[in-house]
Amino acid sequence: MLSKVKWGVHPDTRKTATEGKPIESNALPERVVIPVRQHLGAPCEPVVKKGDVVKKGQRIAAANAPLASHIHASLSGTVIEVADKPHPGLGQCPAIVIENDGQDAWEEGLLSERSWEKLSKEELLELIKNAGIVGLGGATFPVHIKLLPPKDSPIDTLIINAAECEPFLTADHRTMLEHSELVVTGVLIIQKVLSVKNVYIGIEDNKPDAVKVMQEACQGTGVQVRPIPTRYPHGAEKMIIKTLAQREVPSGKLPMSVGVVVQNVGTAMAIGNAVKYGIPLIERIVTVSGGAVKEPKNLRLRIGTSFQDAIAQCGGFSFQPDKILMGGPFMGVAQYTLEVPVIKGTNGILLLGKKELNSDLESACIRCGRCIEACPMGLNPSMLSILGERGMIDEAKNDYQLLDCMECGCCSFVCPAKRKIVQYVRYSKKLAAEKGGK
Amino acid sequence: MSVENSHQEDSANQLIVSSSPHILSNDSTQKIMWTVVAALMPAVIFAVYYFGVPAFRTLLAGSLSALIFEALVQKIRKKRVTVSDGSALLCGLLLAMCLPPAVPLFVPIIGSFIAIVIAKHSMGGLGQNIFNPAHIGRAALMVSWPVAMTTWTKMPSVIDTVTSATPLNILKQQGYEALIQTFGSQSDMYTALFLGFRNGSIGETSVLLLVIGGIILIYKRYIDWVAPVFMIGTVGILTWAFGGSNGLFSGDPLFHMMAGGLVIGAFFMITDYVTTPITRKGKIIFAVGAGAITVLIRLLGGYPEGVCYSILLMNCVTPLIDRFIQPAQYGRK
Repeated sequence: MLSKVKWGVHPDTRKTATEGKPIESNALPERVVIPVRQHLGAPCEPVVKKGDVVKKGQRIAAANAPLASHIHASLSGTVIEVADKPHPGLGQCPAIVIENDGQDAWEEGLLSERSWEKLSKEELLELIKNAGIVGLGGATFPVHIKLLPPKDSPIDTLIINAAECEPFLTADHRTMLEHSELVVTGVLIIQKVLSVKNVYIGIEDNKPDAVKVMQEACQGTGVQVRPIPTRYPHGAEKMIIKTLAQREVPSGKLPMSVGVVVQNVGTAMAIGNAVKYGIPLIERIVTVSGGAVKEPKNLRLRIGTSFQDAIAQCGGFSFQPDKILMGGPFMGVAQYTLEVPVIKGTNGILLLGKKELNSDLESACIRCGRCIEACPMGLNPSMLSILGERGMIDEAKNDYQLLDCMECGCCSFVCPAKRKIVQYVRYSKKLAAEKGGK
Repeated sequence: MSVENSHQEDSANQLIVSSSPHILSNDSTQKIMWTVVAALMPAVIFAVYYFGVPAFRTLLAGSLSALIFEALVQKIRKKRVTVSDGSALLCGLLLAMCLPPAVPLFVPIIGSFIAIVIAKHSMGGLGQNIFNPAHIGRAALMVSWPVAMTTWTKMPSVIDTVTSATPLNILKQQGYEALIQTFGSQSDMYTALFLGFRNGSIGETSVLLLVIGGIILIYKRYIDWVAPVFMIGTVGILTWAFGGSNGLFSGDPLFHMMAGGLVIGAFFMITDYVTTPITRKGKIIFAVGAGAITVLIRLLGGYPEGVCYSILLMNCVTPLIDRFIQPAQYGRK
């Protein structure tokens, strides 16, 4: 039985706008802007220069650092610029701009259908690495590194995260409905690489159709599809591990320390594509939604497509949005321009109006304790916000476990005083990092 | 196009770039405070009906002066004036509800001054005060004008036709038998306490209406049920065990649970967020402590009633409770 979920919040999920809409593939953009950093870790180094002609799927930036992931051209065309460009997560980042030649021609020798069952672990890992696959749930951790845990951390459980707990987002939901076979192929490949017995696919129970489709697709594979309670942030690694494996990841440690690897369901599909067909990660499914979008949709977009182009595919604005996000409303990143490109970690583009934001002037903490009830990590966000406000960083870190906070935003969401608790936490963490590992 | 116009057009296209999360719930401090005020209304309206104009006057003076003092202090402190958030109104109202109905008009006004200016704003304002401001106000009035604070509206009674003491007073001075006789019989006494036909402070009268207000707040999840249940339960158990004259377990817990300011204290005072512990476990400790001190004062102390002082005493240890009672943390077992 699943343990009862007491933490978190249950906001209006707003998913009905897109959950019933099939993924659309529309006309390709005239140009793509592909940043050299789309993963957690060190930036890649461009291996093309201005004027080069590139083919779709060609490697254009190489991962030379240990923690990095290759980057490929998502269009065929000409490199017209290699320069700093707006980046949806980093502000600015060097990027390779490719002008579309309209051919959409693949790099030669790339595509080949393989029977992956015959490949060794090492061969599979190499294929995943070369395809530039990162965690597509948003954290963008290079997958070939996550799938190669150190020898002293034996892994016995693989969890495929299909919770999709953020409001508005339906990309993973549609992926499961429309590409269940490819997802399962990817899951089985990961299972083989990790040689684990227990494999769970965790899906929030507000997606019964996806649960059903995945259960059918998993028949006879031993993969267990588990509906989990709909509650934000159930898709957070630590939460889904607790629910499905009944284990808690110790403070400051990674899931592998309790024998678990978590991969997003979209990542599984990308792995299926890469290993079975040789297709590198050059496109992804993105939900474009929010009150200010005329026609909310799920889109299949090439990496590097600008938000502007993506929104144009959805009929543009229904009204001038006040906030534009990459990702969900709880953990997404606010954008200052529509020039930013879709990157590997972009699961959603949200356009929100003032009414939806519901923000107000911050006032004093009245100690109502709702943040404590909501905090999935069992922290005291009230104290963290007050200590952050006063710059008492050592106390926040040592007595109130500042660094355990994963910034899910439940505390700020429920706060009746509209305190910017997560912002205080980020500020405190930054100060703590500057002070050094005291 | 004028400069001003072009500026306006710019701002229309501006995007907000702030830290996540980007959506917030509908609740607000204001909504909570006004809901608590509304939950007090059944008891307030009954008190005005039962005690008449003097009670109305006292309630009005307490609430209005609290609002005025709040606005004045915030002006002087150069802070945003937030009287509309309802917290000052609630404070003034609760203070007035802890006063005898017919006190001289200056009493609630001075009480509000002490509550708002000294107990609340001298500590830093909303959210910063250690002590429940309404109770600080009441305690200060109690030591400054003891006679005015213990002169009660006369209550019709079976024996004397009128008596000017509260049930707890009668119990303290004349004993349990006299108390029963005042009401006629034990069951008459319970009925009078439950419905509110008795002497006492404005808000101490009707157990029924106060509990209805409290249940609304519990249902809306504005207050945690553990606080009132544990405080009233503690008083019940301890008075049953030690409150009687015929040895252990000869007391009258029902009387003690309904008498005095216990019900308003348990539902509306120890559920004040600012001055009580923030975790559920902490709230239970607070409630049991406040209940136990109330019983100590009622049974052994000089005063007939101890709710106000017990809550103030427990307010002192709230920071300590919060320091040691932390929520169960993920990944730190």
